Amino acid sequence: MPARASLWSTLTDPLVHQNPVTLQILGICSALAVTTSVATALTMSAALTAVLVMSAGLISLIRHHIPGSIRLIVQIVIVASLVIVIDQILQAYLFEISQKLSVFVSLITTNCLVLGRTESFSRHNPPGRSMVDALGNGLGYSLVLVVIGSVRELFGAGSLLGLQVFQTVDQGGWFTPLSLMLLAPSAFFLLGGLVWILRTLLPDQTETLELLSPDKPEDLS
Amino acid sequence: MADMNPITVWRKLLALPNESRTKTLVMAFLVSAICALGVSGATVILRPIQAANRAAEQQARLEGLIAGIPGMSELLAAEGGSLSTVVVDLTEAKAATGVTPATLSVALEDNANWTGLSEGQDIAGLGQRPNYAQVYFLRGADGEISLALLPISGAGYVGPIDAILALRGDMNTIAGLAVLGQSETPGLGGRIEEPAWLSQWRGKEIADASGAVRFAVAKGRASSEFEVDGITGATRTSSAVTRIMRFWLGPDGYGPLIDAIQRGEF
Repeated sequence: MPARASLWSTLTDPLVHQNPVTLQILGICSALAVTTSVATALTMSAALTAVLVMSAGLISLIRHHIPGSIRLIVQIVIVASLVIVIDQILQAYLFEISQKLSVFVSLITTNCLVLGRTESFSRHNPPGRSMVDALGNGLGYSLVLVVIGSVRELFGAGSLLGLQVFQTVDQGGWFTPLSLMLLAPSAFFLLGGLVWILRTLLPDQTETLELLSPDKPEDLS
Repeated sequence: MADMNPITVWRKLLALPNESRTKTLVMAFLVSAICALGVSGATVILRPIQAANRAAEQQARLEGLIAGIPGMSELLAAEGGSLSTVVVDLTEAKAATGVTPATLSVALEDNANWTGLSEGQDIAGLGQRPNYAQVYFLRGADGEISLALLPISGAGYVGPIDAILALRGDMNTIAGLAVLGQSETPGLGGRIEEPAWLSQWRGKEIADASGAVRFAVAKGRASSEFEVDGITGATRTSSAVTRIMRFWLGPDGYGPLIDAIQRGEF
């Protein structure tokens, strides 16, 4: 078994080197859906990180007593309950933003990132380490969301966090907003571009090809 | 006799192998029970704050609707800044006797104050209709009604749609629409609450000279003074809005009331 990584690297690895979104391509559904502005991306990131850390802590606490036959159900029930509680808190104290996030907060339940971390890490590690790992992964997810959200808001509406950066044509300025940036496909392009950039800069993130393309096309006749 | 000390029982349970059936069942029960407590607790504690949020938003939309109608702010200022709230009896088409805005919610808990709708009548998907509705009137200097705000509701594509329709004094020209609540698909049907779409309702007409209700959400671009543009990709929500409007402006909705106001009975 490899030497145990330090707590610090457990926290910082998921930021870039083991980023859950760009390396493992986990949880991209919400990453695409809520990144039309920085404010929604930040709220979603905070909600997901909170759920991730709390579920990692809880599941790690009871990890020796989760029966193997029902472990996935137990994990999902805990995650789902936490998500509902967070959703209720958002609706009570951040009503405007919860309207914008609509169903995506509830969908954190099905975010593969959460179940991925609880299943692969929290079940085998003590609560402290699990929560640090969860926090690192939550921050890694947040980083990607904020980067994509900033690009989309800046070029789609000319603003950042609601502050006008570029004067749009409507307001008498020069900037014509790219409405494509506010539509879902642009998030795919941006995420794809981000993964491309990261894997060019850090070649060790490139996956080995599982299936090599044949040298000559197969005879289909 | 078995030891019933809870601490011993708990220790024994934890000592059981994870594969044992008893432990599986007990763990499943405990996890569900604790999660259920947490979820119910959060919902119950936070509900008053959420309800206040929703009420504040509805109030803001109602005020936004009035503020968006040209000339209304001046009228409101002349009237002392408030609308008169009236509970109307929809069947009799006159102000309700014995039911006030304060007692309306109590009255509506009584099934006798609801009218069942047959399948042919129920185009808005309501099932039944209350006999009383709370409407708002704004009167000009001569006492004539210059604006009527009528709450309407019905089944949309995903969930119920609640809105307030503002009609001018002739009770045939739409002054505006405010959507108070909807749960349609975000980005498609959900666009019914966008100001850009709602702004084109202003000035549309409900019924033609013969009195037949002609108003509709068009499929595509509006082509007459009785139509507003449809929403691309939200055909079902658009047609739901048409059906809700047709129901509430028709004989089972505010139709009799509108006739009574046009006859000058209010």
